[in-house]
Amino acid sequence: MKPAPFEYHAPTSLDAALALKAEHGDDGKPLAGGQSLIPAMNFRVAQPSLLIDLNHIPELRHITKPNGSVHIGSMTLQSSAERDKLIAEHVPLLHEAIPNIAHPQIRNRGTIGGSLAHADPASELPVVALALGARFRAQSSAGERWIEAKDFFAGLFATALQTDELLTEIAFPTKTARTGYCFTEVARRHGDYAMAGLAAIVELDANDKIAAAKLVYLNVGDGPVDAASAAASLIGKAPEAAAFKEAGRIASQEDMHPFGNVHATPEYQRHLSAVLTERALATATQRAKVA
Amino acid sequence: MSNSYPITVTINGKTIEKQVEPRMLLADFIRHEAGLTGTHVGCEHGVCGACTVLFDGKPVRSCIMLAVQANGHELTTVEGLAQSEDNMHPIQNAFWEAHGLQCGFCTPGILMTLVPFLEENKNPNEAEVREAISGNLCRCTGYQHIVDATLLAAKKLNEVAE
Repeated sequence: MKPAPFEYHAPTSLDAALALKAEHGDDGKPLAGGQSLIPAMNFRVAQPSLLIDLNHIPELRHITKPNGSVHIGSMTLQSSAERDKLIAEHVPLLHEAIPNIAHPQIRNRGTIGGSLAHADPASELPVVALALGARFRAQSSAGERWIEAKDFFAGLFATALQTDELLTEIAFPTKTARTGYCFTEVARRHGDYAMAGLAAIVELDANDKIAAAKLVYLNVGDGPVDAASAAASLIGKAPEAAAFKEAGRIASQEDMHPFGNVHATPEYQRHLSAVLTERALATATQRAKVA
Repeated sequence: MSNSYPITVTINGKTIEKQVEPRMLLADFIRHEAGLTGTHVGCEHGVCGACTVLFDGKPVRSCIMLAVQANGHELTTVEGLAQSEDNMHPIQNAFWEAHGLQCGFCTPGILMTLVPFLEENKNPNEAEVREAISGNLCRCTGYQHIVDATLLAAKKLNEVAE
């Protein structure tokens, strides 16, 4: 229950961190909030030979709104983002999701970028990022690139980041008119890993019909699960209970393939997902009408 | 790989300088290097909350932080709550009066979670208290007396403030 020995570096600039990453590649494990990595190291499930502690790089902690999106530095604490007014006003889905991430003690250390780069299928932020179509800034000592959310998540605990790259910033699109957002999940106890949950986005047209929809689920696959056919079933329909129920059925029966876990069978996860879909769509619709 | 780093940490107002291996957990540093055994180590993977301490005033789990990461920072542990043995913190008094503990193993972590919670929430309701302690496991009480003690503590703190 103690970490195996490792070499420790705490660079104070991004350039220094990228140089370490270029030199050590996969052996140089970035330490963000450590709220998943250090437990894994305590269990010795993870035994990195070298840690690159990113906590001393001020340029990775910022929240700005340049144009059309809110940019969040990867090392921004979840607790800072939770209380941030820009996020609350312009990215309501993210604002609603963050309090569901574990407990306050965890959010005081855990970072936005760390959680996204960890890509745990049970975590909230990948679902929000995929639902909103967030963009990920990956930097290396050779340069930088922006990665779309749909290309960023590459399966169980896997991302598109190369071994010399660090996730430095995430751009979340800001809310748009006639669009409602909802995040909801069910956990056995507040802050525990959710058994199921989703981010729902509904855009209404001038006639109050559904113009666009997005449904992305957590913990029911090897990453955030985009229920594309369920969302497509809503287009052009009146935002009413029957349509929501059908979307929940398609999402839970066709779009997802939950593994189940010690707390919930796959059938139960499908059931929860279907029920939560109806609730999330109803809430998102209400919000879209006044947006 | 016997590398070690010099760190300077302030715990309950006292500054401590030590050489530590980077793999030393902050909880172990507090207990074994600083000798403050009030911080308890339960699960060692960030689930039970017994090791909660204040890191620059905010509650964190010291079992999933490295001691080197506390270099230059200020910690408060449960030993930092009471002014003296006869003059306990209002939260401690409330836990004593309302039977907020049985075996006491989880209590330090719960107190360190609740101190900042009650600073931010002067008049919490029961649901808010239950959510606040959702990251702390207690195997004795069934939580009811912890909730009662917390509500009593809020009352006491408001009286102190008046």
